[in-house]
Amino acid sequence: MTKLLASREALLMLAIAVLLGIIAWRFPAFVAPSNLFSVFNDTSPLILLAIGQMIVILTKCIDLSVAANLALTGMVVSLINIAAPGLSVFFIVLIAIGFGTLLGMFNGILVWKLAIPPIVVTLGTMTIFRGIIFLLTEGKWVNSHEMSDSFKSVPRTDLLGLPILSWIAISAVILFTIVMTRTSLGRAFYAAGGNPHAATYAGINVGKTQFWAFTISGAIAGLTGYLWVSRFAVAYVDVAAGFELTVVAACVIGGVSIMGGIGTVFGALLGALFLGIIANALPVVNISPFAQMAISGGAIIIAVILNAQANRTPGRIILKKAEHAT
Amino acid sequence: MNTRSIPDRLQSPLERKLKSWESLLLLVAIGIFVANSFASPYFLNAWNLSDATFNFTEKAMIAFAMALLIISGEIDLSVASIIALASTAMGAAAQVGIGTEGLVLIGLATGLVCGAFNGVLVTALGLPSIVVTIGTMSLFRGISFIILGDQAYRGYPSDFAFFGQGYVWWVISFEFVLFAIIAVIYGVFLHMTNFGRTVYAIGNNPTGALFSGIRVGRVKFILFLLTGLMSGIAAICLTSRLGSTRPSIATGWELEIVTMVVLGGVNILGGSGSIPGVVIAAFVMGLVTFGLGLLNVPGIVMSIVIGGLLISVIALPRLWTMWSAR
Repeated sequence: MTKLLASREALLMLAIAVLLGIIAWRFPAFVAPSNLFSVFNDTSPLILLAIGQMIVILTKCIDLSVAANLALTGMVVSLINIAAPGLSVFFIVLIAIGFGTLLGMFNGILVWKLAIPPIVVTLGTMTIFRGIIFLLTEGKWVNSHEMSDSFKSVPRTDLLGLPILSWIAISAVILFTIVMTRTSLGRAFYAAGGNPHAATYAGINVGKTQFWAFTISGAIAGLTGYLWVSRFAVAYVDVAAGFELTVVAACVIGGVSIMGGIGTVFGALLGALFLGIIANALPVVNISPFAQMAISGGAIIIAVILNAQANRTPGRIILKKAEHAT
Repeated sequence: MNTRSIPDRLQSPLERKLKSWESLLLLVAIGIFVANSFASPYFLNAWNLSDATFNFTEKAMIAFAMALLIISGEIDLSVASIIALASTAMGAAAQVGIGTEGLVLIGLATGLVCGAFNGVLVTALGLPSIVVTIGTMSLFRGISFIILGDQAYRGYPSDFAFFGQGYVWWVISFEFVLFAIIAVIYGVFLHMTNFGRTVYAIGNNPTGALFSGIRVGRVKFILFLLTGLMSGIAAICLTSRLGSTRPSIATGWELEIVTMVVLGGVNILGGSGSIPGVVIAAFVMGLVTFGLGLLNVPGIVMSIVIGGLLISVIALPRLWTMWSAR
């Protein structure tokens, strides 16, 4: 029980409950189930991307290209939709996942085979992917009326009272919880980030594991790209600009250690929900939306401070580590 | 994983210099210069070249401090947001009629305070700098957004314009002179002083450095302060050049600055790099942007080139060694 209470997921759930409580005290309508469902739906893209990012961060890497991947894949499927309006959405989704996977693999290959630091690789591909959108479109937008109705309708279609977008996020949470806790690949992600040397001696190919992490992150980003573009019914160069940092923020708030090896799908989900609730509550409680950036920045800093406190190993320190010395 | 062998024969100092990253980069810079002068008849014009320096001087000032920080194994992604906050602070001060000297002091002080904030979080609390500065990146710019919203500050005193628009002699701008002075100071500081050696020592082995009697935390704190200060100086130049402040000022600069530093041969994992390398990288990036601009290539395509440059300059030498090892 004490272990459960001390876990950072429990702490974060408490923080979310307090947050909701404060909002509900002034604006009870916000916590009505229908509104909470819509907040969840609105946060679904962030949840999806945070899961992919979490896996990458677990392996001691970082993927700053997710938002650019999302925008590029979204534009590609929009253009395909214009060229072939009759193509079934099933194939559109397959193309989105496939294309995103390829972009993720490109990152992964550079990290695995050439051992280029991930932050450098994804900084580069981030600008390259967005630039390619511009080359494809010359800066033009793909607007709602150019997209076919079936293309736009999928994320909004209701299924058992929830939009499909929410269901996709829920299934991803379940699927990746199973992958991370019940498969050898999932264990490999933790091992590769927790202690790369030990992982190598245990027969895990660290580089290859990182490659798979980037591939998964890319596939999720591609799928989210289609969902994003069809939900907002518009595709342009700057779709989701800067969103990669929100995604990293969701992971950090969710207790994923940037040093690798620590983190859960559930934590990433909670981190994303925390940011999603703040973003949706600000207009309700009459705080200028301009404050959102500062608040999420503050939340990230507080979250890392709390996580670092939780990670302090109790006991006497005989040899201090340089990072903690002043 | 990395096997290192001791060579039978050491390279002569001249050979080492010729094969160094800096000379390779210098070759690239000369190549781009020559290509530019063939591609556009407007390139070889003293005033045009002088204009071109504005593309990189402000970023390069920050890049020097960032280089030291990255060599010491840390990173600061909040620099562009510090520019935004410092610029907003100066704008607010200008509204109430504070003169040029006061504005400069406020710009520098804001930079120092932001740098100190990052520094305390990283060194005193032992938090990973990449997460801290992703947080403060949102926080600092977020405060600017709270203060300014969708408004802009104008109406700076007329003599304030000198910093960004003034010329010292003929086509030599004040900013370029400042850039050159700062480059020399950082070059001496890093390569010829005790403090510079400790920066390398910390980057290579922080724990070893600590036990050698280096105050690791204090040195890192100073480096964060310097990065904040340089961001303040860049904010003064940029604000003065544009003559107005919006909260979105200098968006995305942090990535360009990191690109510049990495392109300059600084190891993103810390421990090695040089100021001359960063200087040449600044020129390379400025020349590429300017040359493409003269050819009417839109900005986003330039960012593809920069992104591609970042990946390929690191990938090509590694591919080369992989090939020659076969």
